[in-house]
Amino acid sequence: MVKEIERAGLPVVHMCTVVPISLTVGANRIVPTIAIPHPLGNPSLDMDEEKSLRRNLVEKALKALETEVDGQKVFE
Amino acid sequence: MSKIRIVHYINQFFAGIGGEEKADYKPEIREGIVGPGMEFNKKFGDEAEIVATIICGDSYFNENLDEAKAKVIDMVKEYNPDLFIAGPAFNAGRYGVACGTIANAVKEELNIPVLTGMYEENPGADMFKKDVYIMETKNSAAGMRKAIKTMAPFAIKLAKGEEIGGPKEEGYMARGIRKNYFADKRGSARAVDMLINKLNKKKFETEFPMPNFDRVDPNPAIKDITKSKIALVTSGGIVPKGNPDHIESSSASKYGKYDIQGFNDLTSETHETAHGGYDPVYANEDADRVLPVDVLRDLEKEGKIGELHRYFYTTTGNGTAVASSKAFAEEFAKELIADGVEAVILTST
Repeated sequence: MVKEIERAGLPVVHMCTVVPISLTVGANRIVPTIAIPHPLGNPSLDMDEEKSLRRNLVEKALKALETEVDGQKVFE
Repeated sequence: MSKIRIVHYINQFFAGIGGEEKADYKPEIREGIVGPGMEFNKKFGDEAEIVATIICGDSYFNENLDEAKAKVIDMVKEYNPDLFIAGPAFNAGRYGVACGTIANAVKEELNIPVLTGMYEENPGADMFKKDVYIMETKNSAAGMRKAIKTMAPFAIKLAKGEEIGGPKEEGYMARGIRKNYFADKRGSARAVDMLINKLNKKKFETEFPMPNFDRVDPNPAIKDITKSKIALVTSGGIVPKGNPDHIESSSASKYGKYDIQGFNDLTSETHETAHGGYDPVYANEDADRVLPVDVLRDLEKEGKIGELHRYFYTTTGNGTAVASSKAFAEEFAKELIADGVEAVILTST
């Protein structure tokens, strides 16, 4: 899906835990996430901490969208 | 020499029992041939024969995998065959998955050669082409005669333990196995031949095909994200509670488009995941853990993004065919553009 969205002309950032899969599939902007069942969360944190963790990741994703890339890039 | 004994596996449709409404048909074994077995037996001539046919509904097989597998294996065992054939399944997804699954299981458990056939985009093909021989067929049963014409002689070869040629020559799907052989010409001579053909714009065939990566170049970055409309897409299966469109937990045949206007936070009361294959507890507790609507709403209010698009798009990425996901995204990407979306965040589990 990531590739078809990109092909259609929209910049897209892929937020996922298994980065090698994303690289194989062919995403260009990649933000690694926490875990497969909760990529944008961590149930062991309390709600506020968890939300700020999520916000951090989303801000990283927005930054990735604002960054020119030439080929694949993982935004650690 | 006595005839090679073959047990054949087919679904409810090819057995003439019924279509989708009979897909829950339980495994049954019948002596001799049923349906496409007739054409197989014709092609086998005196060398082989189908001694029994197992019929099983596609839904039954896929929904009761362990039970169906065990039952079918027992049935096969009873007839003590030299070879097992499943299908061909063409582009019928569940049938293809069933054929691949049962062929692989028979090979593993009964240690006899197995063969199936299907269309290259059948999800069963990618799942099992490395484990069992899958003959490439057309995408519909109109290709039956042609499929059997290649499957039958190949089946006999397999049963006799004869040497199997490369995938192209025999018609099966490449299994990713490299086999050493003695070529007539040495490597340098073959390489020069290829080069000459290439220079003369003649056909040549590489001995080292590169995997098809199909890369897409990245689009230019967003100039000012604070003015951009951002959309959320996920393969993590987040859906409104109750999964109103019944998106499948695996091998999704569709995607959903859902309105999040007015939602500042996804909760266990409003949203859940339809995805199989990962522990859904965390996503069901708080779907923001997969689809970060809460955070994007905050960012929207703070003016850090222009706007969160009113709809999100979702499917389950579990076993879903590449061809399907491609088609989904092709379709909704057009809508996103038409709706003025400028960038997409896609989350995966």
